[in-house]
Amino acid sequence: MPTEHTVRVYDEELDSVTAELSRMGGLAEAEVADSIRAISRRDVKLAAAVIDRDARLDEIELEIERRSVVLIALRQPVADDLRRIVAALKISMNLERCGDLAKNIAKRALVIAESDPITPLTRSIERMGELVAARLKEVLDAYAARDDERARAVWRRDEEVDEHYDSIFRELLTYMMGDPRTITSCAHLLFVAKNLERIGDHATNIAEIIHYEVSGEQLTDTRPKLDLLER
Amino acid sequence: MNTLAPEAFDVSVARITDATVKLDVQELDFFYGKNHALKGVSMPIAEKSVTALIGPSGCGKSTLLRVLNRMYALYPGQRATGRIMLDGEDILRPGVNLSMLRAKVGMVFQKPTPFPMSIYDNVAFGVRLYESLGKADMDNRVEDSLQRAALWDEVKDKLHSPGLGLSGGQQQRLCVARGIAVRPEVLLLDEPTSALDPISSAKLEETVTQLKNDYTIVIVTHNLGQAARVSKYTGFMYLGELVEFGDTASMFTRPATKRASDYVTGRFG
Repeated sequence: MPTEHTVRVYDEELDSVTAELSRMGGLAEAEVADSIRAISRRDVKLAAAVIDRDARLDEIELEIERRSVVLIALRQPVADDLRRIVAALKISMNLERCGDLAKNIAKRALVIAESDPITPLTRSIERMGELVAARLKEVLDAYAARDDERARAVWRRDEEVDEHYDSIFRELLTYMMGDPRTITSCAHLLFVAKNLERIGDHATNIAEIIHYEVSGEQLTDTRPKLDLLER
Repeated sequence: MNTLAPEAFDVSVARITDATVKLDVQELDFFYGKNHALKGVSMPIAEKSVTALIGPSGCGKSTLLRVLNRMYALYPGQRATGRIMLDGEDILRPGVNLSMLRAKVGMVFQKPTPFPMSIYDNVAFGVRLYESLGKADMDNRVEDSLQRAALWDEVKDKLHSPGLGLSGGQQQRLCVARGIAVRPEVLLLDEPTSALDPISSAKLEETVTQLKNDYTIVIVTHNLGQAARVSKYTGFMYLGELVEFGDTASMFTRPATKRASDYVTGRFG
């Protein structure tokens, strides 16, 4: 970390924004992990808790925005300070979206729990969910350490999530064709998979933002991407 | 912890590739008697754009400005070595006609310095030294200069009242008008807004923004926001050295050197 500012309270203000963001990161991670657990264990109580806790993420996002705007207005940050604030704002938006998606997964968990279990399918979703949750955790660790190399490693591996999504999509089609009674659950699981895929995309966005904060450069290369519609 | 990281001594001077270089400072050293005030400064100054010089007090930025029109030659014991090429000619070489040089390279100082005469005569004063214009031509020149300095509308009805009767901000713009009346090619501004209130400062900044279409401007400022707003290129100086030079946007979003970064972010110390 660089040396302190001449105006020391400026450092405290900057630190308070990033501290809020770390707290938000921890919460978002837990929301995503718990929403997946609620699906795989058919845990209605956990699903309800996930839905309930989402409001906390929204609050923290607003708080980060408020503190950042005040800091920009009063301190006119430049160079690495400016990048730090811009990065915090953007990452908080991505985390807030992750929270919304986890909440949506939890809501579907409530519905899915009402029909018969489709065990092999939920296994696939669980595996995809664990992968996505691990990516989110990895990228937030990279943020905490301001580790550009780790962030870019996450960025490069987005393809794995896409592959999982692709195979779950095929699996779901097979089930629905084989037994129309599973259609309701399968349709919900399809959305769950889509939500997980999007959380993966947010993790990738966060990796790009970390790269920008650390290096001052934007990641412009096209990242490896597997698109279902292109085949 | 008194150890300095190796990057603390980094220097980064970018080349100008997208504009003509009007003034090229090469290997410039400057001495106030025994005091070595500028150390091997090399810096290009682009034509028809604003270059800002920033850095802590005593870093040599005003000294550099004073060398650019050889203002220092007025004082004994001050000398410069190196080259400063203005349109390909070295202005440090002996035998340069200093009054012609200063007509080409005008200067505005930190505090407004209007002469104790009318607004009109303040602007016409320099012109009369170099040119003999008829009344109509002189009227046009005075009006044009005051227009360019963004002062015309405020003084057009009282051109013959004393320049010292204007507000501080207006006086400073009057000095800018006087500076540009002799049609210089380069305009040097030494902390031109440090004695002005925010509104007057904003007006002077607006003036500078308009002047850059016709003039090469070098501005020394302690106000980093001002450097960021008005300039296209920025040089950061420290202890007589040019530490970093490059385009202003890069200087304020991702400075190349640790020292420039610490200075613009307010960590200097």
